[in-house]
Amino acid sequence: MLKIRIIPCLDVDAGRVVKGINFLSLRDAGDPVEQAKAYSDEGADEITFLDITATHQRRRPMIDVISKTAEKCFVPLTVGGGVKNIMDIKEFLLAGADKVSINSAAIKNPSLINESSKKFGNQCIVVAIDAKKKSKNWNVFINGGRVDTGIDAISWAKNIEKRGAGEILLTSMDRDGTKNGFDLELTSTISSAVNIPVIASGGVGCLKDFFDGIKLGGASAVLAASVFHFKELTIKQVKKYLKSKNINVRIDNLDK
Amino acid sequence: MKNVLIIDYGTGNLKSVHNAIKRISEKQDCKILVSSSVEDLKKSTHIILPGVGAFESCLNGLIKTKVRGCLEEMVLGEKKPFLGICVGMQMLATKGFENGEFAGLDWISGEVKKINNKNNNLKIPHMGWNSLKFLKETAFTKRLLKKMKKKSINDISAYFVHSYNFKNKNANEKVITTCYGEEITAMISKENIIGTQFHPEKSHYFGLAFLKTFLEQD
Repeated sequence: MLKIRIIPCLDVDAGRVVKGINFLSLRDAGDPVEQAKAYSDEGADEITFLDITATHQRRRPMIDVISKTAEKCFVPLTVGGGVKNIMDIKEFLLAGADKVSINSAAIKNPSLINESSKKFGNQCIVVAIDAKKKSKNWNVFINGGRVDTGIDAISWAKNIEKRGAGEILLTSMDRDGTKNGFDLELTSTISSAVNIPVIASGGVGCLKDFFDGIKLGGASAVLAASVFHFKELTIKQVKKYLKSKNINVRIDNLDK
Repeated sequence: MKNVLIIDYGTGNLKSVHNAIKRISEKQDCKILVSSSVEDLKKSTHIILPGVGAFESCLNGLIKTKVRGCLEEMVLGEKKPFLGICVGMQMLATKGFENGEFAGLDWISGEVKKINNKNNNLKIPHMGWNSLKFLKETAFTKRLLKKMKKKSINDISAYFVHSYNFKNKNANEKVITTCYGEEITAMISKENIIGTQFHPEKSHYFGLAFLKTFLEQD
């Protein structure tokens, strides 16, 4: 059976990890390459880098991070943040990323989804949706959550699928950073509206939140940053817990 | 000395395969080349054919490099260890049915068909880690499991990304399968030829052990 993926996310600025980390075993806690390696050795099914660098000129370090990580981590790598066009996508893929996540650029120019998934294969195009509750439904926000596009998240998700995206990275802006758990209503609504995998993100605070996101939210994968960064939970712990709850996770490397 | 050739035919992420081979051969006398020249192919001891993309475009890419003849001589004639990954395995089939009907290399009888999604409840592509079912024990799988220091073959998974399934004809050439709505061929083997639908270069410990076992073939 296909396993549910557990994906740690690293926020990177100019080649350095932004959030404070407690990986004592690492020589350099700010080095994203070493952290990615530690995560993958711990059982991460995929690694996601979010490049929070604002300007294109400062992107070079991210390219280096990707290519160095690809030399050391033998699990799939996803990169997102500030991707504007086909060239940006190509640059990340050539550096060694397996998937590239696009967000604001997909809203501003939806045909970028069609073009890039046709050119590179739909499996490597992830579209990120930052959604926030508006009365009954959810609206899509862009520019790091600063701009309300007024677009309905459900219809946007369907549109994304039609255009050829391979996956949706769904972040609830209402829950992000709250540790109150995923927005399960949002997650289940979107994942039943589309036939491509949905990665749930935003709000994980405890073990049960992972379980709920999968079981009640219907997510194919769960992504978390701070609970892993601050070592509140380890990937191993999450996987063992999920396994005990009969969720299908990859655990074959944990018996070492 | 080992001389690993990763065939470069203008498709796919060759770098990750290169990285993985580099990592597992660190302490060995091993040269890795990414090339599509006949000369390099002749010098090689191990041949890897990666593949990402559609069946036809991969095949056309390979044909354009003009190495097909030499490749068949090296693999089918000289019996050099060969590994086809993902579409690199699918191309070995008799026929492929992705966006039409196309003739494959026909090294291993069978057809490549879209994963059955009649009930429309499967997410396609089949993407992620899936558990492996070992159908039989071969010299290769024996060494692989030993390398993984695993007593049992339960609970091993590998990373897949694909929408098409290699339905090979001869049951005895199928070594590993996985399940996604239907039985998916995960590894095939015929004499010196190995093909995997999963990506060993992205399958962490298991994948590296798999590639290491392949490099030991001679």
